[in-house]
Amino acid sequence: MSIEINGKSIETDEEGYILNLADWTEEIANVLAKEEGIEMSENHWEVVNFLREYYDEYQIAPAVRVLTKSIGKKLGAEKGNSKYLYELFPYGPAKQACKIAGLPKPTGCI
Amino acid sequence: MSEAGATKKFLYINRKAPYGTIYAWESLEVVLIGAAFEQDVSLLFMDDGVYQLVKEMQTKGIGMKNFTATYAALGDYEVNKIYIDKDALTERGLTLDDLQHLVWEDENEDWAEKDSIHLVGRDEIADLLDEQDVIFNF
Repeated sequence: MSIEINGKSIETDEEGYILNLADWTEEIANVLAKEEGIEMSENHWEVVNFLREYYDEYQIAPAVRVLTKSIGKKLGAEKGNSKYLYELFPYGPAKQACKIAGLPKPTGCI
Repeated sequence: MSEAGATKKFLYINRKAPYGTIYAWESLEVVLIGAAFEQDVSLLFMDDGVYQLVKEMQTKGIGMKNFTATYAALGDYEVNKIYIDKDALTERGLTLDDLQHLVWEDENEDWAEKDSIHLVGRDEIADLLDEQDVIFNF
């Protein structure tokens, strides 16, 4: 499978996660978000960028429990809770935000 | 037998060098999945498995994903019982200084950083095996 952006074809797996991390751009993130029915706000970017930094440091996408805790530590308790994250990413913060961030599906993803 | 849904004690034994086979990475993935389901997880590194925690591995030449940095995420997953067979280290000419410094943050003590790695002798390993509900051998 693939998605088309500016005439360039980006390969994805059958669930729409992009295959090559290096293909990712903010423009692609916006397209992937739209497919998920999400309009990217500053708060969405904050989580997406956090995930990309986490992946860069640890080479994995964090499980949702770990994501929630780490966001809470970095951005404050009002953002480090499932209610806030599910409001941003209704179909699962780890799953949807990882897809938009161009990362693989999280290990042990629920 | 414990009830379904209860927390069990899982021990993952890692005995092989990190790169060259898929065992180490598969083990680490299973560990992270188990921890995400809030099980009581311990890791034991013995035999060539002690090489898995050696700092700054370079994998470019063999075209394998470098997951050495992923061990540092174990603390985030509350996996903080990491045991190393100290004789296996010595036999390979390694010391604790050759390994990554793995830590976890104790939420109950204002996120104080604590060491996750514990060196154990072979008699302690026997006790460790004895107290587990489930043992995975990689």
